[in-house]
Amino acid sequence: MKITEEMVDYISVLSRLRLPEEERGAMAAELERIVSYMDVLESLDTTGVEPLSHVFPVKNVMRPDRVVPSWPRADLLWNAPGHDDEAFLVPKAVE
Amino acid sequence: MKNTPLCALTALELGAALHGGEVSPADVLEAARERIRACQPENNAFITVTANSVPAGEPADGPLAGVPMALKDNICTRGVMTSCASKMLGGFQPPYDATVAEKLTRAGAVCLGKLNMDEFAMGSTSETSFYGAVKNPWDLTRAPGGSSGGAAAAVAAGEIWYAIGSDTGGSIRQPASYCGVTGMKPTYGTVSRYGLIAYASSLDQMGPIARSAADCAAVLDLIQGKDPRDGTSLEGSYGTLLRSLTGEVGGLKIGLPAQCFGDGLDPEVRRAVLAAADALRSRGAVVEEFSLPVMDYVVPTYYIIACAEASSNLSRFDGVKYGWRAEGYEDLTDLYHRTRTEGFGEEVKRRILLGTFVLSTGYYDAYYKKALQAKAVIRKAYDEAFQKYDVLLTPVAPSTAPKLGESLSDPLKMYLSDIYTVPLNLAGLPGISVPCGFDSQGLPIGAQLIGPALGDGVILNAAHAFQLETDFHRQTPARKGGAAV
Repeated sequence: MKITEEMVDYISVLSRLRLPEEERGAMAAELERIVSYMDVLESLDTTGVEPLSHVFPVKNVMRPDRVVPSWPRADLLWNAPGHDDEAFLVPKAVE
Repeated sequence: MKNTPLCALTALELGAALHGGEVSPADVLEAARERIRACQPENNAFITVTANSVPAGEPADGPLAGVPMALKDNICTRGVMTSCASKMLGGFQPPYDATVAEKLTRAGAVCLGKLNMDEFAMGSTSETSFYGAVKNPWDLTRAPGGSSGGAAAAVAAGEIWYAIGSDTGGSIRQPASYCGVTGMKPTYGTVSRYGLIAYASSLDQMGPIARSAADCAAVLDLIQGKDPRDGTSLEGSYGTLLRSLTGEVGGLKIGLPAQCFGDGLDPEVRRAVLAAADALRSRGAVVEEFSLPVMDYVVPTYYIIACAEASSNLSRFDGVKYGWRAEGYEDLTDLYHRTRTEGFGEEVKRRILLGTFVLSTGYYDAYYKKALQAKAVIRKAYDEAFQKYDVLLTPVAPSTAPKLGESLSDPLKMYLSDIYTVPLNLAGLPGISVPCGFDSQGLPIGAQLIGPALGDGVILNAAHAFQLETDFHRQTPARKGGAAV
């Protein structure tokens, strides 16, 4: 599987990452090596095998609908790099 | 015991000495602090050392009450920095404790700090930490393994008596092996993941690293159990593990998968692990080789699934809600881009990109879906093995601890070294790494005992039997920065 620099650009945008120009080529080569190795899975016959996302059967997990206090707002905002007394602060996103 | 330094005791031995009044909580705490002061500049096992005092009030009851320990730095601790060894979470002080931290505190554990690791638990050497590489107490020019490298190094050096690590593809078992200590990944779902900062949620599980299998059993007795805050935690429990350890393995059927002893395995490691099989045989176990023909597929399956989940889990780090934020951004999207590009290290970015790739349109079926199918095939192969055997025995890693820097230059080679540990995470099975010898350079070798789902007690008992027969787990690194004093 060939991984081009254009593909690296595309998945970088999806991942909200921006690799410096000089790192793109190396990352493409590294990913290509890893993905090519992963192609060994092609030799495993999985005809008719159901994909297994969870090892143990997990059904809807319900718990009693009890009212419990939320975390104090100040405790949650404390870690935010930008905040006022009641909200996270970010650059203007909607004109 | 009188002549044994405190730091060479097991956690249970120290707990008993505390309980019997042979040592005081203050003496124990001071011994640990002194040990950390001596070792930390050399092995860098801790990211944060907390200035703890002897807990006030009535001492808790139980075999590990008052025994100092520490937590891997991806386990949330209220008001104590939890960084995942990443610049991204520098200064992050969780508003709550993880369930394991809560349970241990209730049992009288004395937490001495947060342990170094690979950034976001992504790595097999504990070198990708933003806070600098951890060094192996047996040889400071070598890696302690990873990603729970700080946990294994700190226990090996006698700085703490046990640690809680996390294991997504071997991150408890492999560093335990490289550092000559005992580490266990329990069955998926038996220990609540609430408060563990997620890497790959379907594979992540927390567990103990300590000197002995009995210590691990005692820790698991404290931390296991259903937690309403973790929807994947299992109902019920596997019972009181510590009390169930008999050391009796007469008639126990142990399978050795031939594919785990073939090409790529260091001959010295092979010899030591086969000698471990002989030791169990001498206590009455029935050991037999068998074929497990899925080993070629476990590493690619693991890395596809782990990276896919990581790319989703790590999307929460955006410079808004917690942690670090880049400067000089122009708008919101630019803030995300800059923060994530500058905040994550190289290996984390590589795995996010890989995970995004295998989930992207056009490649999802060929990689991600295929890996989920392969996972089903792998689990079935293990299910079949456990129809015939009670326990499987394999190496933990193909070789002993690598030189620092050796693995970082070749990520694919590093991924391949996880071959013996990742299938357990894919199949949700319990596994324990026990010291079983040393190579010609004096580096520890580990053997892995694998059990069926909820067979945690069976492998702990087999490991305990092995440790009754041998004393590899009692050996400590005889140098400064190690456990000898």
